[in-house]
Amino acid sequence: MADHAHSAQGAGETRRDFLYLMSASAAAFGAATVVWPFISSMNPSGDVLALSSIEVDISGVQVGQAITVKWRGKPVFIRRRTPEEIAEARKADPEVDAKGNVISNPAGLRDPQTDASRVKKPEWLILVGVCTHLGCVPLGQKSSDPRGEFGGWYCPCHGSQYDTSGRIRKGPAPLDLAVPDYVFEKDTVVKIG
Amino acid sequence: MAVVFKNPVIRWIDHRLPVFTYLQHEANDYPTPKNLSYWWNFGSIAGFMLVVMIATGIFLAMQYTPHVDLAFNSVERIMRDVNYGWLLRYIHMNGASMFFIAVYIHIFRGIYYGSYKAPRELLWIIGVAILLLMMATAFMGYVLPWGQMSFWGATVITNLFSAFPVVGSKIVTLLWGGFAVDNPTLNRFYALHYLLPFVILGVVVIHVLALHRFGSNNPTGIDMKGPQDSIPFHPYYTVKDLYGLGVFMLFYAFWVFYAPVALGDPDNFIPANPLSTPPEIVPEWYFLPYYAILRSIPNKLVGVLAMFSSIMVLFILPWLDRSPVRSGTFRPAFKRFFWTLVFVCAILMFCGKYPPANYWLPLEFTVVTPDSLQAAAHLQSADDLWAISFAGGHFGIQIITLGQIAAIYYFAFFLVILPLLSIFERTLPLPLSISQSVLPKGGGAVPSAAAAKPMEKA
Amino acid sequence: MKKRSILLNGLTILSALVAVLFIAASPDEEGIHIPREQWSFTGFFGKFDHAQLKRGFQIYKDVCSACHSANLMYYRNLAQIGFSDDEVKDIAASVQITDGPNDAGDMFDRPGKPSDHFKAPFANDQAARAANNGALPPDMSLLARSRAGKGFLGYEGADYIHAILTGYGDAPAGFKLQDGMNYNKFFRGHQIAMPQPLTDGAVTFADGAKNDLDSEARDVAAFLTWAGEPNLEARHLTGLKAVLFLVAFTLLFYAAKRKIWARIH
Repeated sequence: MADHAHSAQGAGETRRDFLYLMSASAAAFGAATVVWPFISSMNPSGDVLALSSIEVDISGVQVGQAITVKWRGKPVFIRRRTPEEIAEARKADPEVDAKGNVISNPAGLRDPQTDASRVKKPEWLILVGVCTHLGCVPLGQKSSDPRGEFGGWYCPCHGSQYDTSGRIRKGPAPLDLAVPDYVFEKDTVVKIG
Repeated sequence: MAVVFKNPVIRWIDHRLPVFTYLQHEANDYPTPKNLSYWWNFGSIAGFMLVVMIATGIFLAMQYTPHVDLAFNSVERIMRDVNYGWLLRYIHMNGASMFFIAVYIHIFRGIYYGSYKAPRELLWIIGVAILLLMMATAFMGYVLPWGQMSFWGATVITNLFSAFPVVGSKIVTLLWGGFAVDNPTLNRFYALHYLLPFVILGVVVIHVLALHRFGSNNPTGIDMKGPQDSIPFHPYYTVKDLYGLGVFMLFYAFWVFYAPVALGDPDNFIPANPLSTPPEIVPEWYFLPYYAILRSIPNKLVGVLAMFSSIMVLFILPWLDRSPVRSGTFRPAFKRFFWTLVFVCAILMFCGKYPPANYWLPLEFTVVTPDSLQAAAHLQSADDLWAISFAGGHFGIQIITLGQIAAIYYFAFFLVILPLLSIFERTLPLPLSISQSVLPKGGGAVPSAAAAKPMEKA
Repeated sequence: MKKRSILLNGLTILSALVAVLFIAASPDEEGIHIPREQWSFTGFFGKFDHAQLKRGFQIYKDVCSACHSANLMYYRNLAQIGFSDDEVKDIAASVQITDGPNDAGDMFDRPGKPSDHFKAPFANDQAARAANNGALPPDMSLLARSRAGKGFLGYEGADYIHAILTGYGDAPAGFKLQDGMNYNKFFRGHQIAMPQPLTDGAVTFADGAKNDLDSEARDVAAFLTWAGEPNLEARHLTGLKAVLFLVAFTLLFYAAKRKIWARIH
């Protein structure tokens, strides 16, 4: 009889604990669900996302000329390269195998990449114009700007120098200038982002 | 009762900063009357609403721009483009209404059960201070979207201060930061609207500290006599509070998701135009009673003073009602006047909503006939303040008159009725203790001779 | 004694409720009663009819946008009512947007993009007034919300817009109509500066949908309700989830409360 009473009490306690567990879980679940909208509201909003890609008309850019457009709040360099600039960039290419691993790097590139891997059409070099050192905008878009020893860009903040493929050659920057996602919608229109 | 915590990290912290011991004491050891009804849930509900308002407010503040040219559009950007921005905004704007509902019920509970009486006078006064801070915060918050009602509500209410002689217009200019409500006003309202909720938070902490000094009142108004009258706050009242919170949140969710702008004014969806006043300037519903009191007095200064007095009178309530019996449960006459007060406040809310002059409320006590309708239609052009007329069974009263009667009762309740009740009221016999009062039979009543003794006065 | 206090208390609560209801109910002004219509988006489970919204947009574009701006709308918002990305791009590109300054310092026109706001018909309010006899055609982004009355589950903004559009007619005998004004049954004061914008067959729909005045008015009223609150459907859906969760939460805690309090009852 004592056993029966004991087990009944035990069963009652299990039921009670289950209820408390369910209630506490419901409260925790509710709290977690409520937190998400707050955090999500800090993510980019609709109007910011709408400007996450831009279409640029490049029909007016002459050979040897460069334009700068604003994309996601940052400058994007679009340079129409001369054949000499393309050749110079290719001369410094590292040797890569079929998989893309670097076999040799005669030019001593800090961030070895082939020029071909950085462009879709060799004539058009499209780069994010932000120095990979500490974020300044390198000079070299205007013909009057200094371009550094390698004919590309020169960053006035700490002296980083980029070549005609936008690769870092000299100075403190660790990486080549970034290449954004882009597609040529038409021959004269490129969509960035 | 010292408790040893099992977790060594908690022990280490607690030894240096005894937060855990303090929380343990407040939650588990703190004796709470065992007979608290659901009317006691609204304090914690109000506290919950404060947290909700601060949380949503901070995240809204990340997206809002406090400039007259940009504010309205920044709010619409929140509604349209910010992820869940619409949800944050609806929670925040309906949360203000919910906060006031909870606080008004909390206040009326306090009046009914005599929670303002000794030794809780200071607790009550701190509470009225919280109410004032809430009203200031809500008023300034409503200006921020910079809609028509935001602008014109701000203009009307700030202009009230010009009623004060000599310094009135200087005060108004100081408040505005210019010659009218404009960008400087908006910016300072934003700064203060962000600040005041944290001030409220601090005052709420003091409010709870004051509460814990003597513990909660209870429906009988009789102090706890010993452990047989009390139960630990946790788990009894934690679970009851959470249940009540669930019910309240269902009510809240209805407004947020299914009638999100019903408590507001559609004119606030029109950008503010200083050159065009909307046909009716109406404050938010929780300000309507005070607005009615303001408008019920034709004199500008006296109207402003009356409006402020309606809150000030709450501060001195502990000294207006000196009845030795705390709870309304045992005060039948007080009960009737109390419920009339509730009804009168609802009337005041109604009067605050409509323009006072050309409006009248027909109260029909007889069957309407086509002839009497005809006659009643002619009454609408009557402009006298005291237009009470009979027309084929119709009894009409001007809104402004109704508001005046209601305002008179409001002040009379506090300044005349309560003091008189303290002297002349015949109260019901009090039970011996809380435990006795919750017994099924209601316990043995104390003979009336003993009830005359002020046994519940601290 | 107990019965009387229940009666008294009940009566007081009842009259308080009645008072609250008076606050909730908006009185008719000058006897103008806006007829309530049926809409797909009212009620707890209301949704927009996307075909109707597209028709409403067409009416806005073809008729209303000549005078009324909708400055808070973006062309990209149209993707929400069923236009494909290409259709949205085409609609945007069909207008010329002033942009600039270019490198020479001049403003220039270019075709619209989805990320542009709806093009306004007038450069500013003053130009709008000058072109409309001093009357300012209100911006339509929030028109349905600002005319909503006490939108209690019903959407009186749509009712109001529909009423105005169908409320034109001849002024009754003895009514003094001012110069340049038009009689409207439902407009406050019965005189409105806008001449009747829609008539039967004013707009033709590609799918052959009804284009009588009443249908056109309903379509554009629905469109403007969407324009005022594009997140309405998300609100209803999230509300359903929230209410279901809260009901479960409340029931659970009620059961827990009863269990815990049983210890001392």
